[in-house]
Amino acid sequence: MLSIKNLFVSVEGKEILKGINLEINPGEVHAIMGPNGSGKSTLANVLTGKEGYDITEGEVSYNGEDLLEMAPEDRAKEGIFMSFQYPVEIPGVPMVNFLKTAVNEHRKHRNEEPLTAGEFLKLMREKKELVEMDTQLTNRSVNEGFSGGEKKKNEIFQMALLEPKLAILDETDSGLDIDALKTVARGVNALKSPERSTVVVTHYQRLLDYIVPDFVHVLYNGKIVKSAGKELAHELEAKGYDWIKKENGN
Amino acid sequence: MSVLVEKTDFSLKLIGHYNEVKAQLETDSPALINNARKKAFQDFVLQGIPTFKNENYKYTNLQPLFFIDYSYNHIKEKSDVNLKEVFRCNVPQLDTHLVLNRNGWFCDNNNESNLPEGIIINSLRNIAKTNPELIQDFYAKIANTEEDPMVALNTAMATDGYVIYIPPNVQFDKAIQVINLMENNSDTFITQRNLIIADPGSKVSVLICDHTLNNNKYLGNSVTEVFAGENAQIDYYTIQNQHNNSATINSLFIKQERDSNVLTNTMTLHGGLIRNNLKVLLNGENCNSDILGMAFMDRKQHIDNFTQIIHAKPHCLSNQLYKNVLDDESTGVFSGRIHVVRDAQKTNAFQRNNNLLLTDQAKMNTKPQLIIDADDVKCSHGATVGQIDEEALFYIRSRGIAEKDARLMMMNAFAHEVIQEVKLEPLRDRIDELVDKRLRGEIARCHDCSYDCDC
Repeated sequence: MLSIKNLFVSVEGKEILKGINLEINPGEVHAIMGPNGSGKSTLANVLTGKEGYDITEGEVSYNGEDLLEMAPEDRAKEGIFMSFQYPVEIPGVPMVNFLKTAVNEHRKHRNEEPLTAGEFLKLMREKKELVEMDTQLTNRSVNEGFSGGEKKKNEIFQMALLEPKLAILDETDSGLDIDALKTVARGVNALKSPERSTVVVTHYQRLLDYIVPDFVHVLYNGKIVKSAGKELAHELEAKGYDWIKKENGN
Repeated sequence: MSVLVEKTDFSLKLIGHYNEVKAQLETDSPALINNARKKAFQDFVLQGIPTFKNENYKYTNLQPLFFIDYSYNHIKEKSDVNLKEVFRCNVPQLDTHLVLNRNGWFCDNNNESNLPEGIIINSLRNIAKTNPELIQDFYAKIANTEEDPMVALNTAMATDGYVIYIPPNVQFDKAIQVINLMENNSDTFITQRNLIIADPGSKVSVLICDHTLNNNKYLGNSVTEVFAGENAQIDYYTIQNQHNNSATINSLFIKQERDSNVLTNTMTLHGGLIRNNLKVLLNGENCNSDILGMAFMDRKQHIDNFTQIIHAKPHCLSNQLYKNVLDDESTGVFSGRIHVVRDAQKTNAFQRNNNLLLTDQAKMNTKPQLIIDADDVKCSHGATVGQIDEEALFYIRSRGIAEKDARLMMMNAFAHEVIQEVKLEPLRDRIDELVDKRLRGEIARCHDCSYDCDC
C-alpha cells in the first residue's frame, strides 16, 4: 500500500530524514517511536503533503502512485488521513460546513452523490457516538475553544467520517488523560479493518497498550534504526532511548 | 511645491465652477438649503481639496480624481428610463420599501402612498420647500464643514437627496432600501445630501445600495445626517458595489440621544476609491452604537474608513469592528478615533481593525486612536494585519478540500464576524451569498441590471 524508499528530507537546508525505508501493507498497524527531534513528525507531514519540506532523495509510492507529486487534498481523497498533533483552531469556519464539504469532496472523488444535509447529520450522529463527542462541539467553529482532549477526539471523529485507507496518528496520545486516551483508542480500534492501515507516531508505549501494533520502528536521527514486533515498545519503555542512542554511536 | 500648485489648481477650478453656478443653485433651491451654502463654501475655500498634508487624508490621495473633467447635475434631469424597470433588486424574501435616487436626485416615481401614517420618505428639496419646519433643526447641523473640505463642498453644492422621517414611537418593520444609482452619459461629479430623523421611541432599518449603471467615471460626494431621538433604534446598512473607475466620498454623521441604539454596517464589495467618513456623537446617557465595516478589495482599489466616535455623556457603549480583505495591489486605510470627553464616566468603548493581505503588494495602513479625558472608563483598541493562516489552510486541505475552496472558506470565515451582525436575516443570507460570489471572483450584483457593463 505505502512504500517509502530511501527518503531524504531537509528543512531549510537542515537534513532531518536520512534515508527512510518502510513498507506498509493493508490492514497493518505500524508504530513509529523515537526520542524528540528524531524526525517522526517530519515523516508524518511529508506523507500528508505539508509545504516547507525539501525531498532531496528517495521516493514514496502509494497504491502504485507517486505520492510526493500529489496535492494534500488529493492524498486525502485517495485515503490518507492525518490526526494532527496540534489540531488548528479555525474561527469562523463552522464544524458542520467543514465536515460536510470534506465528506462530499470524498464522495465526489468516488463518483458518489453528495449527501444531503439530513443524511449528513445522520452520519455525523452515528460517528459521534464512536468517540463520545459532545454534541455541542459540532455546533462550533473548527476546534475553536476545544480542550486538548476534545481536539484529539475531534480528529478521530473526522477519521471515522472520512474512513481513510491509511491513517497516520501523529502523537495522538499527547495531552490526553487516561480516560480520553482509552476513548480515542477505542475509536481507532473500531475503525480497524483488513483494508485499513494505521501508522501510530508516539513517544510512549502507553498508547500501544490500547492500539496494538504489528510492527514497531524506532526512528533515531532521521533513520529507522530498529524494527521489530510489539515487544520492542515494551523494551523501549523499560530501557528508555539511551541504549538506542549508544548503539548508534552517540 | 508642485503638490501645492496642483492643489491650488484643482481647488481653484472647483471654486470657479461654484461661482459660475451659484446663482443658478440658489434660484433653484429652497432657502433652507441655500442658507448653509455661504459658510460651507468659505470653509471649502479655506481648506481646498485635501492633500497628503492633511493628516485626515494622509493615506488617501483625492487629487488624481480631479484630473477628470466632470459634468455636474445641478439641475434635475427628466429621466426617460423607468428606473424600476432597469433596476430590480433581488434580495430574496426581503420585502423592502424601495427608494431610488439617480445621480444625487430623488426620483419622482418613488411611491410614498403605502407608508404607515406619519412616515415621510421624500426628496430633500421638496421637504425643504414645502415642510421646512420638519428638518430645519436637523439640516446641516452635525455635518461640520470646518473639519472636512469634502463635507463643506457637499453643503455648498447640495441640491437634493432623500429625507426619511419616522414619527415618535412608530416602529417601521419593513426595511427601507435606498438605491443610489449613478447613470449619466458622461463622467459626472455627483453631490447627494440626505437626512434621516428617527423621533423618540421609533425604530427603522435602512439599507443603502450604491451602484453605477455604466462605465463612465463617477465621483460621488455624499453627506448623510442621522438623528436618533431618545430610545430610538436605527439600523443602517450600506452595500457599496460600484465599478472600479468610480470614486465615492461618503460622509455619515450620527447624533444619538439617550437610550438610543444605532447600528451601522458598511459592506464594500467593489469600487475604485472609497472613503467612508463616519462621525458618531453619543449625546445622551446609555446610548449603544455598533459600528461595523467589511471591505473586499482587489486590483488597484482603495478603501479608507475614517471614524470618529465621541462619547459626550456617561454610560454609553460603542463597539467598532472593521475588517478588510486586500488582494492584488489594493490598498486599505483604517483610521479610527474614540474620544471620551470629560465626565463621560462609565464609558465602554471598543475598537478593532483586522486585515487580511492576500498578496505581497497589497498594503494596509491602520491608525487606531484613543483620546480619554474621563477617568472611569473601559476602552480598548487593536489592529492586526496578517496573511491567511497557512497552518489552517493545510489542515483544511488535508481533509480533502481543494486549496481554492479552503482559501474561500477561510476568507468567508474572516468576513463572517462582520456579516453575522446583520440583524435582518434575509439580508444577512443575501450578503453571505454576495460575499461568497465576490470572493470567487464572480461579479457580485445585488440586482439584475439590464446594462451589460463589465464594471
